[in-house]
Amino acid sequence: MTYLHNIGAYFLMIVEMFRKPTKWSVMKRLILKDIDDLVIGSLGIIAFISFFVGGVITIQTALNINNPLIPKYLVGFATKQSIILEFAPTFTSIIMAGKVGSFITSSIGTMRVTEQIDALEVMGINSLNYLVLPKTIALFLYPFAIAIGMFLGILGGMAACVFGGYTSLEDYVLGIQTDFQAFHVIYSFIKTFVFAFILATIPSFHGYYMKGGALEVGKASTTSFVWTSVVIILLNYILTDMMLGK
Amino acid sequence: MIEVKNLHKSFSGVEVLKGISTIFEKGKTNLIIGQSGSGKTVFLKCLLGLFNYEEGSISYDGKIFSQLTEDEKRNLRAEIGMVFQGSALFDSMTIAENVMFPLQMFTNQSKSEMDDRVDFVLKRVNLDDAHNKMPSEASGGMQKRVAIARAIVNNPKYLFCDEPNSGLDPKTAIVIDNLIQEITDEYQITTVINSHDMNSVMEIGEKIVFLKDGLKAWEGSNKTIFKTDNEVVTDFVYSSNLFKKVRKMYLEENK
Repeated sequence: MTYLHNIGAYFLMIVEMFRKPTKWSVMKRLILKDIDDLVIGSLGIIAFISFFVGGVITIQTALNINNPLIPKYLVGFATKQSIILEFAPTFTSIIMAGKVGSFITSSIGTMRVTEQIDALEVMGINSLNYLVLPKTIALFLYPFAIAIGMFLGILGGMAACVFGGYTSLEDYVLGIQTDFQAFHVIYSFIKTFVFAFILATIPSFHGYYMKGGALEVGKASTTSFVWTSVVIILLNYILTDMMLGK
Repeated sequence: MIEVKNLHKSFSGVEVLKGISTIFEKGKTNLIIGQSGSGKTVFLKCLLGLFNYEEGSISYDGKIFSQLTEDEKRNLRAEIGMVFQGSALFDSMTIAENVMFPLQMFTNQSKSEMDDRVDFVLKRVNLDDAHNKMPSEASGGMQKRVAIARAIVNNPKYLFCDEPNSGLDPKTAIVIDNLIQEITDEYQITTVINSHDMNSVMEIGEKIVFLKDGLKAWEGSNKTIFKTDNEVVTDFVYSSNLFKKVRKMYLEENK
């Protein structure tokens, strides 16, 4: 019953988020601040992880291809497919559920505990519109961060190939170009948009509706990470089946 | 003026407010007092529109809150200033930005007009040089003064304060009390204060509503509270030996 109640409350929160809009001049400033906090502030970790995971995928693939009949360019092809289809949109989003999600839950939760949300409500401000909508809009720039992650992942694979001597640069580049399907990139970005919405709203829900004190803020952050990850994984399966399945 | 009629509020079947009726007058500091669990905070949150109630009515200068449209409620809330127990300042903003916030949200003033108004109210609460400090850098007393400045910056008609003296030393508490009373008188605001502080009751309680178990047990002022025979009130207000002695002296002097 609690789960059903929470699911209902989550959708009501989404509806309420669009009512009684905050003044545009204020909203614009909030969106820019959230872009800085949530997207620009995450670029470093996305770049770091993407580059090295790209390198690891390349090494693992190269080490597992022992058959001389399998062409060497397959290393580049496998790296490209892994990064574009799964690593960049899905696994980066799970890492972001930890980083961005915890930040959102703890900042909104702290505002709840310290009566700052009550202060907004007393002033006649729609606190959900003021707090959650700017984060949701800001995270619609998240696909740009993922695009950078894709690029750096493939670059990391290239660096591992060349400096590790697993295959030649020409073979790796040929692999990247082989059977390139633009729809895979579109599929990846559609997933990223959906995950961006989840990354903004589920942690906000857990922060906004939390009850208690500082300890509960910590617990809410953990719960929010777990549920954001679960929903991302489930939606990843559903979207993949819908868009790439038979 | 705020008029409350027969207010009932329950949580999960437990009735917390059992039919409170009273009037909070304009230009006066109205205090709600009572023991913990007597329903003070719930009453204040009903007055603020943060809780819905099952029965009764609250009217702000004749406008019955429950009968207002969402837009009218929003406009009414823009006329309310609130000082929270923990100040509830926005951590991510400087003191000046906190005070400017209601102006940015509800007025179309230019930046220079807003700056002037912020300067004026910060000066009014004796915080001339705290503009660029963050709330975390301010003391408890300063935070309360910033909260008062934020509450009055948009010229509210109604000012609500939830335990404005909690956590403050006696000297700062008196400064805050006097400030609230001066502002109430100066701007003719209807001020409602939820308090446990008996010093506040004696100093600024121009009207006092005493709650017990969700009911109004007594109503009066700081002048009449000394003379009341109501045992429930005397047990609560004069629970300390010091206040008992003060009351005894007062009654002897005014025989």
